[in-house]
This record gives sequence, C-alpha cells and structure tokens, in this order.
Amino acid sequence: MAGTTDVAINQALREPAWLRWLLTAACIVLLVGIVVLPLAVVAVEALRQGWSAYLTAIADPDTRSAIRMTLFVAVISVVVNATFGIAAAWAITKFRFPGKRLLLTLIDLPFSVSPVVAGLVFVLLFGAQGWLGPWLKAHDIHIVFATPGIVLATIFVTFPFVARELIPLMQQQGPDQEEAASSLGASGWTVFRRVTLPNIRWALLYGLLLCSARAMGEFGAVSVVSGNIRGLTNTLPLQVEILYNEYNYTAAFAVATLLVLLALITLAFKLWLERRHADALSRRRGRH
Amino acid sequence: MSIASSLRIASVRQAGPLPGLPLALGMTLVWLGLIVLLPLSALLLKSATLGSGWIKVLHDPRVFAALKLSFGTAFAAALFDTIVGALIAWVLVRYRFAGRAFFDALVDLPFALPTAVAGIALTALYAGNGWIGSWLAPRGIKIAYTPTGIAIALAFVGLPFCVRTMQPVLQSLGAEFEEAAASLGATRMTTLRRVLLPPLLPSMITGFALAFARGVGEYGSVIFIAGNIPRVSQIAPLLIVIKLDEYDYAGAAAVATLMLALSFVILLLLNVLQKKVALGRHD
Amino acid sequence: MIENPIDSHRISATFPHRLARDAAGNHANVAHARTRDEGRRSRAGAGSQKEGGMDIGIEGLHKRFGTFPALRGVDLRIPSGQLLALLGPSGSGKTTLLRTLAGLEEPDSGRILFGERDATRLNLRERNVGLVFQHYALFPHLSVFENVAFGLRSRKRRERPARADIQKRVLELLERMQIGELRERLPDQLSGGQKQRVALARAMAIEPSVLLLDEPFGALDAKVRIELRRWLRHIHEETGYTTVFVTHDQEEALELADRVVVMREGNIQQDGTPEQVYEEPANAFVYDFLGRSNRLAGNVRGGMFQADGCGATFACAEVADGAAQLYARPHDLALVATGEGLAANVIDVRQLAGRYVLTLELPQQSRVVEFDVGNDARQALPARGDLVAVRPLRYRVFAGSNGDVAKKG
Repeated sequence: MAGTTDVAINQALREPAWLRWLLTAACIVLLVGIVVLPLAVVAVEALRQGWSAYLTAIADPDTRSAIRMTLFVAVISVVVNATFGIAAAWAITKFRFPGKRLLLTLIDLPFSVSPVVAGLVFVLLFGAQGWLGPWLKAHDIHIVFATPGIVLATIFVTFPFVARELIPLMQQQGPDQEEAASSLGASGWTVFRRVTLPNIRWALLYGLLLCSARAMGEFGAVSVVSGNIRGLTNTLPLQVEILYNEYNYTAAFAVATLLVLLALITLAFKLWLERRHADALSRRRGRH
Repeated sequence: MSIASSLRIASVRQAGPLPGLPLALGMTLVWLGLIVLLPLSALLLKSATLGSGWIKVLHDPRVFAALKLSFGTAFAAALFDTIVGALIAWVLVRYRFAGRAFFDALVDLPFALPTAVAGIALTALYAGNGWIGSWLAPRGIKIAYTPTGIAIALAFVGLPFCVRTMQPVLQSLGAEFEEAAASLGATRMTTLRRVLLPPLLPSMITGFALAFARGVGEYGSVIFIAGNIPRVSQIAPLLIVIKLDEYDYAGAAAVATLMLALSFVILLLLNVLQKKVALGRHD
Repeated sequence: MIENPIDSHRISATFPHRLARDAAGNHANVAHARTRDEGRRSRAGAGSQKEGGMDIGIEGLHKRFGTFPALRGVDLRIPSGQLLALLGPSGSGKTTLLRTLAGLEEPDSGRILFGERDATRLNLRERNVGLVFQHYALFPHLSVFENVAFGLRSRKRRERPARADIQKRVLELLERMQIGELRERLPDQLSGGQKQRVALARAMAIEPSVLLLDEPFGALDAKVRIELRRWLRHIHEETGYTTVFVTHDQEEALELADRVVVMREGNIQQDGTPEQVYEEPANAFVYDFLGRSNRLAGNVRGGMFQADGCGATFACAEVADGAAQLYARPHDLALVATGEGLAANVIDVRQLAGRYVLTLELPQQSRVVEFDVGNDARQALPARGDLVAVRPLRYRVFAGSNGDVAKKG
C-alpha cells in the first residue's frame, strides 16, 4: 500500500518502510483529529434529538429567512466583486503603468484585515457616532444594524477574491492575444468577450466560487455591523450564533449543518475545477 | 484639442494599444477608494482623534492582556501548524496510499468552513462534556474557555495556509536533487536536512506568516471557545466589539489600529526573514 | 561494373578528413582530429591513466518497465580510464543502462562489476559513482563551492577529511575546471555551460569509480555545446576518470568518445571506436544513424547489387542474394559521364556554408539522394532540372528490404 516495493537499490533514496508507514499514519490521524472530528460533531449534535427535531429547525421560518438573506447578500457581493475583479485584472494585466505594486497591495488589503476590523470600519463610517451617522439619521437611512450594512461589510471582506484568481492567470497570459484581436479590428467589448473571457472562464468560476463561499460564511464582520441588537433578519452564521447563545444547541447545530453542506459543496466544486482545468487556472496555486 | 486632453490621450496610449484602460482603471480606483480606502481611513482618523487618550488606551490592562492573548495564541497556533503542516505536506506529496486524494481535499476544509460553525463545533468537542473534553477533564486538563482552547481553534483555522504553501515547493523538488545527493554519498537524513529542507524554509516561513496573520484577527471560530473573561481569555477582536457596544468608538478604533500596526510590523519582519533565507546560505 | 574500394587498412588515415567533411563544413577539425585519434586508439584498448582505476563489467543485463523491454541482455566491459559513449535513439535503452550502472534502477537479471566486486546489489550511495544530469541538478541554495564540497562534507565523521583539506581540494578542483572565480556564486547566477562544469566538478570531488553523464550537453546552446565538448575531452585526458556518457547526438559521440556503443531497442548494435562505427557500420541501422546517408533499394544477385530502375551494378561480395539496400554518404558521390553511373534528375540545388547540396531524384527510388559538392566545384555545378549521372565512390550494401539488421553471408 505504501508505495513501490522496498528494494535495496532504493534505500538510498527513500525513508525506510516503517518510517513511511508511521508518518502516513500520523498524517491521517492528525487530519482526522483536526478536520474530520469537528464535522462529525456538528452532524451528531444536530441529530441529537432525532430527525424530526432536526427538520423542524431547518424549516423554521427564521432559518428560512436567514437562508434567503444569506443568498441575497452573497449574490450581490459576488456580482459586485466579480465586476470589480474583472475590471481590475483587465487594467493591471493588459496595460503598462506605474504603481501596479501599490494597487495590488491595496486590493489585497481586505484579505489581511481581521473581519472584526472590517465590520468596525463600517460602523465608524455609518454608525450613530460615525462620520455619516448624523446625516443618515436625518434622512432615516439605516446602514449599520440593517441589511445594507451587512451587504457592505460582506463586499469589503470578499473584495479581493475574484481579482486574486484572475490577476496571476491573466498576467501569465499577457496581452498578446488581445492585441492581435484588436489589430484585426475587433472592438474592446468584442475582444473581451471573444478572446479574454474564454481564456479566463475557469479561473473566473473558481474566483466566484471562493467569493460566494466566503460571502455566505462570513461571520465576524457581519456580526459587528449587526451590533448586539440582532435585526429582523440575519444571515445563516448569525442565526447559528443566536441559537447557540439561547442555549438552543440542537437547532444551532442543525442550521450549522446547512453551512457544512455549503462548505462540502464548495470543496467538491473546487476539487473538480482544480483537477479538470488545472491548466486553465493560475499556476500560483496554494495561496489563499 | 486642448493640451490637457491630448496629454491624457498620449499617456493612455503609452500604456498599451488595447481599449478600455480608462474605464477599467477608473472603475478599479473608484471601487477601491469607496470600499477599501474610505473605510480604512475612517479607522485611522478616528484613532487619531484620541490624541492624548492614546495613553489611557495603551495603559489599559485589558487592552494589553487582549493583545498579548491574541498574538500569543496566534503565534503558538502558527508554530504548531507549520510543523504539523510540514508533516502533512510531506506525506501528501511524497507517499501514495489509499484515499490520498480524499485527505488532500480535507486540508482545505478549515478554509471553506464558515467560522461560526467551526467555533461551535470545536467548543462542543473540547468543552467539559464534549467528546475530547470529557476524556481530558478527569486528567485535570481543561481546554475550552482557556487560552489553550483559543490556540486549538486558531490551529484549526490556520492549517490550510501552512500545508498549501509548502506543497507546491515540495512538488517542484524533483527526484534529481535527491539522486545527486545520494550519489555523492549523503545519507537519507543528510539529504533531507541539507538538500530538501533549505528550499522549503522560505515557504514554511510564508505559511507561518499567513497562519499567524489569520489567527490574530480571527473571531468566529474563537468567540465560542474562548472564556471571554477580561484580562484572561479575551481576545483583541472581542475587545473591539465590547468597546463598540459601549459606544467607545475611539477606543475600539485605537485597539484596532494597534492590532493592525503590530501585525504589520511582525509580517514585515517575517518577510525580511523569508527573503534572507531564500537567498541561500554560504557556509 | 564498379569496384568497391573499401579497404580496411585505409580507414584510419582518411577518417578524420571524412568526419570533418560530414560535419557542417568545419574543416578546422581535421588537424585536431588526427592527433586526437592517435591518442584514442591507444586508449580504446585497456590503457589507463588513473592510478588504481578499476574496470567496469556489465553482464547480461535485462530490464523491463511494465511490458516495455528497456534492456535485452547487454554485455559490456569498460576498461579503466576509457571515455565511452552510449549512443542511440530514444527508447534504445542507453539511459536505462546508465541509470542501472548508477544504481538508480535495479536490473531484472544480470550483474554489474566494479573491478572484482559485484556491485549489482549496492545502492546508489554505496556505489561511489559521479552523476551528471542533463539539467545539472545543482543545489540551488548552495554556492558553487558548497555544491562541489557537498560530497566530501556528507561523509561520515570518520571518513570526512579535515575542513582545511576539503577547502584545498575543492579549490584545486575548481581551478582545474577553470571555474575558480565562480566559487561564491549561486547556481541561478551561472550560465548553462558554467552550471554543467560545476556539476562535473561536484561529481569528481568524491573521486568516483566512474563518471556517468546523462545527455550532459542536451540543454545547452549549439555553440556552448561544442565548446564544452572539447573542454570535457581535455578534462578527461587530464584526470583519466572512467567516463560513460549518454547521447543521441552522433556528432558528439564521434567527436568525444574513445569508444562508441550504438544501441537500439535494448540491444547493442555495434561497439567500437568512432572510426569503426562510422567507417564499418555493422548494419544499416548504424550506418543510417551515424552521419548523413543515402539509401538505394535494390537486389543482390551473385555478389552484385543492382538498384531498382537502374542499370549500373556494384560489387558487394558476402551479401546474400535477395532484396538489399545500398548506402553511401553524400560526400562519397561523384558526377560521371552519362551511362557510367546512376541516372538522376536534379530537383534542387542549395548552398550551405562551405558546400553545395544537390537533391537528386532517381527513377523508382522513393528516397531522394543528397549529394555534397565542395565550393571548388562551383563551375561544374548542374542546375535544377538537369539530368546527371552519379556513382558512389564508397558504399555499403546490406541485405533486407527496410534496412533491418541482416547478417552478411
């Protein structure tokens, strides 16, 4: 099972068989312990009171509106950030201009900032004591503690995902094909639609996948923006927290299974993309 | 045509023959400004308004303890992840065994899983009556609601970063280097130490940095398992939330700025270290 | 009727000239080749320059990868100090043979002997062979000095020389390889040719029983390749290590080696000096593989070869009756008066550096004939569309219809 047979010749090039077995076993145990156990716990706890309790929790109207809210926020974030990502990648990879490094760093910024800080900055902008607070109050516009705030915070947090997937790939591809198409008389949109898009479609899909997964699962930023007073509707992760804090553990885990399912689907999709279209994705894999 | 517009056209043309730069770049900059720069500058400006209030913040033992806890647990977790991640990356790249692809896919799970789910799951595991917690409690080991619990949660979250940065490097180290080293008389141990480890070191440092940065700011997976007792098990992000609830916007901004500044410095140092290691050694 | 002028006594005298002409008009090779060949002939035997060197023996090696037979019973004896080329197309088994010698592959059956010692079961580390790879495999994080010193530093404490000794030996070696000033550089700061020199120095530092080079110049530019070839020859003559190198470039093998082993599909086709394999190829494959060649299909009857669609016949004693092929080198043809040779139609005249190449089409021959004409014959050059007659001054005839190995007689 562990590799080819251990001939004398190979001793110089491999670890001894017993060591290989030991390391493999250690790896498996570690992965099961660190990754699989938490998943198992969610499933077990969700079903602790039986299937009917589980289904009731899932079908609960609060849960249903949380699902709707989550999807709503995710769709907006994905569309907005995909547009931005494409525009940014187009500008950065098909043209020469100074300051690209800075631009890239700024684009990456939301990625390296704590989600709580992400939520905080929007509270500082739109909160009651924020910059725009008084103005918003005067016009009876609610951003924080309401849906717009959640949307904005999620957009901030998922901002770089699409760009990060597209930029390395488009940089590898270079502007040659587009310039050739342009020289043949194609307009800008045609060039983009018929030359660029086919080349980047799998990387784009990958970026959309990561973006939506993160958007649906975001907790910290959204929690801060929603404040202590939970609004009428929440996203699924917020709903999990609420149920948990009410000591309604089974329901909390039940809702959590939905998010686990989401994660597994994301992973499956991701795996499929990486297997099937590895060459169409950026070669700079392995960086999140 | 005015001078200004012809200059503009000239500079755009210099960037390249393709159309769409003004639109794309314009969109990018506007978006960037609105979504990223504006909010972040609000943070910096708000903390700047503290003025002398900064001294109070810096001397607040709650703040100090929270920062120490966040950075300390993130460091420990990243260290654990780097070592364990190296083992996992090695086994996944070098050995063949049944289910390898499955385990390889598993590595990405902590990254794909929403943090709140991770939070309650880990708490359920390590609480006194949890699967692992109940096994450790009779031995006097308490994990949930202690800094150890926080570290474990951060280790969960940071693992993919370490494994995924090391894997490509391991994969790119072809058999030839090991064959050359063995032909020159090196034992397997020597080959691992002198030929395989050095090229791996920069990626180990990068993985550590990524896991560390993630761990410092982590909220969802930690908030349930941390005890949230002030000065003992209260992480910095939670302190920010608490201050917001108290309407101490400036205080919250201050803590956030401190967090960002410290992270920035540490990451810079790690970046420098990584560059030094990557350049090679001259014995 | 045209006599076959091949006369074995005359081989060595004319070989350098012929080799030089076969190459791209590089006549400067000639003088160099002559002195080198004399040295070679003495080394092609059992001469050894290295003190205490050992012979390498390969007996009955078989190796199969799945269903693919890479080696089909190879026997070879390499005297100490020889520079041997394993030459052949891809799939011929030459690389497998080299890797088996190194200990990177284990043979299914057969023996490898280093001197008197059966080394078949020794692993790579214990064999003390010097490996040089096509893509150098220099350790990217170590300087040139550290790369070369690696082998010495990796020895067990008891066997390891003192630090100062290592320093001295490595520096000496670097100087000898003319890379002394590169010693602090990292591999990615070196050119391809420099990297390969470092790789060779690294392999030599451990004083191996044999140097094994796997397509060592394959990754280099043409000019660098030629330069490094000469340099390797020089180093070999200075140091005297037994060296085996694998190549698919016949020019490289012929110019560099004391002895050439031509392989095909896991078997040795011919084993001899460069002169021997070039002038006296054992079969059509070897003839065709080494240098450019022309081929005429035809028949042999009673010791005379007649090409299809042509009246002229050529003597070829020892070839059995039946279908056969005649091979001649492009520079071994001559224009003759109509009727005295093979009628041909000139379909192309090209000028290359130092010579003209005529492409001729012969009736009923599927392959065109290439005819090299020196610059001095420019006046009498035929034009495209002309009808000419050619005849080979030197040729070989092999039985068989598609050039397979056929035993004579």
